[in-house]
Amino acid sequence: MKGFKIIVLAKQVPDTRNVGKDAMKANGTVNRAALPAVFNPEDLKALEQALRIKDENPGSTVTLLTMGPGRAAEIIREGLYRGADDGILITDRKFAGSDTLATSYAISLAIKKLSPYDIILSGRQAIDGDTAQVGPQAAEKIGIPQVTYCEEVVSISKHRVQIKRRLERGVETVECPLPALVTVHGSAPDCRSRNARLLMKFKHAKTVTELQEATDDYLDLYDTRPYLDIKEWTVDDLNADEEWLGLSGSPTKVKKVTNVVFTAKESKVLGDRDEEIEDLIKELLENHTIG
Amino acid sequence: MNNIIVYCEIEDKAIADVSLELLTKGRKLADELKCELEAVLIGSDIKGMEKEVFQYGVDTLFTAEENRLYPYLTLPHANILSKLFEEEKPQIALFGATSIGRDLAPRIASALKCGLTADCTSLEIGAHRDKKQKKDYKDLLFQIRPAFGGNIIATIINPETRPQMATVREGVMKKEIYAPNYKGKVKKLDVPKYIKEEDFVVKILERHIEKKKIDIKNSHIIVSGGYGVGSKEHFELLFELADVLGAEVGGSRAAVDAGFIPHERQVGQTGVTVRPHLYIACGISGAVQHRAGMEESAMIISINKDPNAPINNIADYAIIGDVGEVIPKMIKYYKKNAK
Repeated sequence: MKGFKIIVLAKQVPDTRNVGKDAMKANGTVNRAALPAVFNPEDLKALEQALRIKDENPGSTVTLLTMGPGRAAEIIREGLYRGADDGILITDRKFAGSDTLATSYAISLAIKKLSPYDIILSGRQAIDGDTAQVGPQAAEKIGIPQVTYCEEVVSISKHRVQIKRRLERGVETVECPLPALVTVHGSAPDCRSRNARLLMKFKHAKTVTELQEATDDYLDLYDTRPYLDIKEWTVDDLNADEEWLGLSGSPTKVKKVTNVVFTAKESKVLGDRDEEIEDLIKELLENHTIG
Repeated sequence: MNNIIVYCEIEDKAIADVSLELLTKGRKLADELKCELEAVLIGSDIKGMEKEVFQYGVDTLFTAEENRLYPYLTLPHANILSKLFEEEKPQIALFGATSIGRDLAPRIASALKCGLTADCTSLEIGAHRDKKQKKDYKDLLFQIRPAFGGNIIATIINPETRPQMATVREGVMKKEIYAPNYKGKVKKLDVPKYIKEEDFVVKILERHIEKKKIDIKNSHIIVSGGYGVGSKEHFELLFELADVLGAEVGGSRAAVDAGFIPHERQVGQTGVTVRPHLYIACGISGAVQHRAGMEESAMIISINKDPNAPINNIADYAIIGDVGEVIPKMIKYYKKNAK
C-alpha cells in the first residue's frame, strides 16, 4: 500500500468569531484591521481528517493548497507544523476581486495540475464569507463527486471512501468513489497542535517571494533542504483564461455594504406607546436586524 | 421563460417550511416583475404535493419522479436542475439555505457559470447603474445577507448572468397561502433525459433524520422570557412574536423553575450560551447567571415594567412596559411594516 495523495484546501481569514464590543470603532463598526489573520477553523478540521488518513495509511502525503496574498503562506507553515508534507500558494494580482465562482475556477486548475490525487478535503465554509460554495463549485469544475458536511472519514480504500455527514437535523453515512471532494463540518474533531519537531524542521519554509524579501542568512539552506520551498503558482502557472478570473470572472457584484452599527453602551429607554414601538420595529427592519 | 423558479425540498414526505417561505416570497417578486412563479419537486413519491404548492401561487410545477431521487443526492438533483434551467431560462432561482440547498445550488451555479449568493436574509427588486461601464440595469434581484461574522450587511447583485441564484435562510421570510384554489399546471419531466447512470455513484448507507427540534443556539433571533412574564399562557405571546420574526423562544432559569417553559430552552450559566443577532428579553430582571449566557448578543432589547432592572444596563433598547401589552404591539407593527 503506497498510501493516498491528499489535497487540503485552506484559506487565511480575518478572525471574525470573537468580535466583542471592544473590537469596535468609535462609530460602532468593526475594526477589521484589528482582527488577526487565522487559519480558517473548518479548514483546520479538514487538515485533521487528512492527517488521520495519513496516520493510518503509511506513505500518504498531504498537500495544502491555498489562494490569497503573499502573507497567506503563513497558514501553509502552520499546516506544515501540524503534519502536512508540502504546500502551494496560488497568488497573483489578477485574482483580486474574485467571487466564489472565479475562485473555484482557479482552485480547480491548481487541483488538476496536482493530478493524480485520491481525495480533496476542505472546510465547509470560511468564517469571513460563510458561503460554503467554493468546494462544491470546484468539484463541479473538475467533474468529480462532492460530499459536504463531513464529520468523520469512516473508512477509505483505494477506490472508495465512507463519510459520516452532519446534516441540520441528523446524520447520514455515504459511500463515494474516489477521487472526490469532501467538505468538513465544524462538528468534526479539532486539529492536533503543532509538533515541536516539525516546527523546527519547517520554521524557515518560505515562498520565493518571501525569500527575496528575507534579509537573513538562510538562503543556502534551500539548496540542501528542498522541503523548505513553499511553491507559488500564478495565473501563468495555471494556464488560466484571464476572462474567468478576478472581477471579470465574477458574476456577483457587491452593490452596497452597510456596517452593522452597535449602539453605544448607553441604552435607549423607550416607553410602551404605539409610536415608540413602531419606530423601533421600523428601525430594526431598516438595518435588517429582523427580516 | 424569464420566470422565477423555486426548488422545493422534500423531507419526510412533506415540503420543507423554507421552501414554502420561498414560494411566498417568490410570488411577491413575480407580481412585482410581472412574470410567472415556477416550482420544482424532485423525489420518489410526490403525488398529492402539487395541491399544496399551487396554494402559494405557483403557475407551473415541474416534477421529476423516480425511485432513486429520494433521499436527496447531489449529482442527480444538480443535473436535473442545471438542464431544466438551461431550457427554461429563469431570471431568478431560489433555494433554502439548508444542508441540501447549500450543497446543491453551488454545483448548479458552477455548471451554468452564473452568480450565487449564499444565506440571504432579505430579497428585493431594484435598479443599478454601473458607473464604469455607464450601463443601467433595472429589475435586478438585490440579495441581502450578513457577512464578516454578521458585522456587515452586504447587498449583492448579478447584473449579467442568469438565473440570479440565491439561497435563503429558513425562518426569515413569512409563509403565507396566496390563494387556496390557485390553478397552476404540472409539467412532468422525462427523468432519463435529465440524468445519467453515473449520477448515482454516491450511495447512502445509513440515514437518521430527527424531527425538527428546538435549536436556540443557532437561532439568529431569540425571544426570551423570565419570571416576570407571569404565566405559561403569557408565554404564548412570546411564541407568537418568535413565529412572526422567525425566532426561537428561550427563557431564564426562573421561568424554567416556574414551569413556564422546558429546560431545553434555558439560556444562562446552567443553560446554553447564545450569541444571536437580536435578543429580546421579556420580563427578565437580568441576574448575573442569565447575563453570562446572553450578553454577547449583537443587540439586546429588554421589555420590563421595572426601569431599574439590571438587564436594562446591558440592553441597547429598554422598553419600560408590560410584556402583555408591548409584544402584541410589536407583532402588529412588524406585520404592518415588513415587506
